[in-house]
Amino acid sequence: MIKITAKPIDVQKVIDTASSLGAGAVNVFIGTVRDSVHNKHVRWLEYEAYESMAVAEIRMIIDEAAHRWQLQGWAVSHRVGTLKPGEVAVVVAVAAVHRKESFEACQFIIDAIKAKVPIWKKEVFEGGEAWVSANPPLVIHSN
Amino acid sequence: MNLKVFGVARDIMGGGEIALTDSIHSVGELKALLLNRYPKLKELNSLVIAVNQKYASDEVSVAETDEIAVIPPVSGG
Repeated sequence: MIKITAKPIDVQKVIDTASSLGAGAVNVFIGTVRDSVHNKHVRWLEYEAYESMAVAEIRMIIDEAAHRWQLQGWAVSHRVGTLKPGEVAVVVAVAAVHRKESFEACQFIIDAIKAKVPIWKKEVFEGGEAWVSANPPLVIHSN
Repeated sequence: MNLKVFGVARDIMGGGEIALTDSIHSVGELKALLLNRYPKLKELNSLVIAVNQKYASDEVSVAETDEIAVIPPVSGG
């Protein structure tokens, strides 16, 4: 299951989809919205996706993970739209025979999603907003 | 040539669907045109073009029938 959804993610459903009677381990990563970034209070995040390509890229990431580790099951769900602090933005669930593979594959998948998948988030603060990672950080030189 | 534009690139270029009338044959040409026409794109950490939902390097050719997207730095997850 690869899902991009504007509705709150059903975390248990993602886990159940990944689970398998052949698995001794189900590893779950849950990405949540923080309430502060660099000491600034986050009011909400806005997520958007190039949906068709995002699904294709996630599929390629899963294929690579399945090639490197033996997976008994997997499922990914990513939310789009307006998310408040505390809400779930992404869930990755991976089932494997043993826990070592489940930890490694789960980390690989979420790291690759963050690096490659065409999804973007904008942080909305009091009095401002910023697209995450869009620009290099401002460096202020003092003389 | 129609472009799908996302995220901060959409803010910079002024729309999520941009139509170009210029004659463009490659990703490299397209990037050069966009950076020239929308200089604020140069301030971004990265700018990548996707052709038919695949990341494309400069030498990839582009045609009117291709689906072309302007991909600013991603921040999913």
